[in-house]
Amino acid sequence: MSKKILIADDEQNIVISIEFLLRREGFEVLIAGDGEEALAKVRAEKPDLVLLDVMMPKMNGFDVCQAMRADPELSATRILMLTAKGRDTEVSKGLGLGADGYMTKPFSTKELLAEVRKLLEM
Amino acid sequence: MPAPRKLLLAAAFGCLFVLAVVLATATVMRLTEGDAGGGWSPGGRIFLLLLLTLAGCALSYRLIALLYARYVNAPLRMAEDLAAMTAHSGLRLPEAASEELRALALAANHLLASRDALESDVAERVREARASLEEERSRLAALMADLSQSVVVCNLDGRVLLYNQRAKRELSEGPDGSNAELLGLGRSIYRVFDRALIEHALERLQPAAGDLAGAADDGRKAIGSAQFVTATRAGRLLRAHMSPVLGSDGQAGVRVGNLAVSGFVLVLDDVTQTNERHARRDELIQSLIEGGRGPLGSLRAAAEMLSDFADIAPRQRDRFLGVIRDEASALSAQFEKAAAAFSNDLRERWLLEEILGVELLAVAARRIGEQRSGEQRRLVVKTENVDESLWLRVDSFGLLQALRYLAWRLQDEYEVRDVRLSLQRSGHLAQLDLYWVGTFMNNEVAMSWLQDSMSVDGESSPLSVVDVVERCNGEVWFQRERVSHRAFFRTMLSAAEAPKELPSAIIPASDGERPEFYDFDIFRWSAGSHELDDRPLAELSYTVFDTETTGLQPSAGDEIIQIGATRIVNRRLLRHECFDQLVDPRRPLSQESVKVHGITRDLLAGQPVIAVVLPTFHAFCADTVMVGHNAAFDMRFLQLKERQSGVCFDHPVLDTLLLSAVLHPNQSTHRLEAIAERLGVSVFGRHTALGDAMVTGEVFLKMLPLLAEMGITTLRQAREASERTYHARLKY
Repeated sequence: MSKKILIADDEQNIVISIEFLLRREGFEVLIAGDGEEALAKVRAEKPDLVLLDVMMPKMNGFDVCQAMRADPELSATRILMLTAKGRDTEVSKGLGLGADGYMTKPFSTKELLAEVRKLLEM
Repeated sequence: MPAPRKLLLAAAFGCLFVLAVVLATATVMRLTEGDAGGGWSPGGRIFLLLLLTLAGCALSYRLIALLYARYVNAPLRMAEDLAAMTAHSGLRLPEAASEELRALALAANHLLASRDALESDVAERVREARASLEEERSRLAALMADLSQSVVVCNLDGRVLLYNQRAKRELSEGPDGSNAELLGLGRSIYRVFDRALIEHALERLQPAAGDLAGAADDGRKAIGSAQFVTATRAGRLLRAHMSPVLGSDGQAGVRVGNLAVSGFVLVLDDVTQTNERHARRDELIQSLIEGGRGPLGSLRAAAEMLSDFADIAPRQRDRFLGVIRDEASALSAQFEKAAAAFSNDLRERWLLEEILGVELLAVAARRIGEQRSGEQRRLVVKTENVDESLWLRVDSFGLLQALRYLAWRLQDEYEVRDVRLSLQRSGHLAQLDLYWVGTFMNNEVAMSWLQDSMSVDGESSPLSVVDVVERCNGEVWFQRERVSHRAFFRTMLSAAEAPKELPSAIIPASDGERPEFYDFDIFRWSAGSHELDDRPLAELSYTVFDTETTGLQPSAGDEIIQIGATRIVNRRLLRHECFDQLVDPRRPLSQESVKVHGITRDLLAGQPVIAVVLPTFHAFCADTVMVGHNAAFDMRFLQLKERQSGVCFDHPVLDTLLLSAVLHPNQSTHRLEAIAERLGVSVFGRHTALGDAMVTGEVFLKMLPLLAEMGITTLRQAREASERTYHARLKY
């Protein structure tokens, strides 16, 4: 059974590439354009991994992460945060709130893939 | 005549007198006894003896009276004279009648003379000391006026003892940017800064002492200073440096090490601009780094997809290419925006100073025109087309060197005889030209001149003209105009804004008067005694004020149109710390009132309304006793506005009209002019609120000693006396 990954990012241009890449690697891919939609889809679809952008409309990545970690049903879902800021303080905040990994834009797609695989223990 | 001889003489006279009386008696007795029958009757003899005795008594009384006047009365008179003379210098005892008293008077006069000499000596010394103190003060004032920082000195209560012009300018602004006179002598610094902040800084002086206290017994090295950054009421950002003022005696208060601190000095730097610049620079870096990450992330991902996977469907490929195009143009736009907005902030700030363009050119012309060694002729320099309002931000030393180098090289290598300098504005840039007519010169040569390190007449610099101009954030090039046969080196520099007001000269103290910016006497104010009622009148601070109004009936809708006020601190009228504000009454002015105060509708247009002015005025009056002439009238206006303005004028109030009635109960008038005339105050500028306030202040100061003579020395006594006067019975 293929793993299910949710991409939560309001930036269409990055979603295009990540979606293409992950589908090609055989993952089932879901897309969310803002924080609220992301949280709803996480609850409904129970993906194995969420690629979570920090800066999103309606609800930011930190809040989504926090909400997910507050929900015991979602404890199995891994979270990989993507950020365009890359400050150390932000990284530690994300990890502190329960994210499993952190990547700063711009990142290499190969590294992203490697990180995804690592988190999904593949 | 010597005293012993006088004594002998007196004794001899006495003896003779007694002898004469005895002889006379004996003779009479003998004559009247005679033969029987021819002799006097016994009654006749007794009568004759009595007559003789009376004559003797009269004679001796006359003698004693003479001696009394000479030897008893005269010394007493002299004693009175002397008593009077001890009070006034320069007087001498008059010539005495008797020799002895003359000697005494001479001795006393000697004593008086030496006392006078001593007195004038002391007076001279006092005058000298005062003069040198005054000189030191003036020096200090001049120094402080020249400082580019604000300086404020306070005692431990936070009362301001000294400040410079710049501090006044920077700290007096209220929250709305108006001049709220927040800073003033004797005022509390806590009106400008948060009390906790200052107290915290004072505390921080302590650890600095602790570090060294063990090592340095005298504690002198142990004095530290504290720094903090804070905002003024007007929102300016200040970096403050605090150092303690040491008191010599054992005053109560903060102690640092072994030394008592009696106050503190604040040196303040306005860092608003610097901080803004730093903030802008940070913002730029942030926006470039963080703002670039998103687009770069998308770019990179799309590019990697395109290069990593050869078999992408055409539609998918177009989408990736679309992403690359979008993000690349978004990034470009972002860079353009950043470059435009921040270019000035990002350039390195080489020691650039603001200089008026005209001045720079004048110096340049002078230096280019200097006599050169080994050169017959001086180069003729003229300045033309100079924009006199243009300020430049340049390394003026380097730029002057560059201009001279170019001009002299032209003279050396092309035998140019005269050059011109011009300076014009070109958009937001300044265009500085060094040009000449005629002599041909090609571009390559000119370029190399600009790139060579500058060296002329033995003076050499490692820098080239280009280096210097780049330092000034400018550009320089060579150009020719074929039609006019003119050639020039053109330098484009960024024009600067005219710098803010330069420190102005200190306001000189008029003769015998201290500059009003100081008042060290406030150091002696006690901390706890803020119960105004029992404070001596002479110690209190006052706000002397007056208003002009549309009419005389506040309850019938008349309004204030002008408030003028000044302050009295330590019995001095502070002429430079004034409140002078016109007020838009929001109602028409009557012709009669315009005749009184001369304020027309036009003057009031655009002025703030009373609800805005009163809070500021209230702050001006803080911690003082309000003094006005017929103050009840003005207070009524102020109090009617309490609800509207949200401030309550519940200060203690003294009225010069009532005080005048206390002092001179029998005078028929207590008009301000009349009182001023009675007390010898010259009246000027009447019927402007501030002018009247000044006169009232002067009058009040003259009243203080007169009140003291009547035993009225505290605020409570003054108020009670006012209340007792007839006029006080009129309702406030």
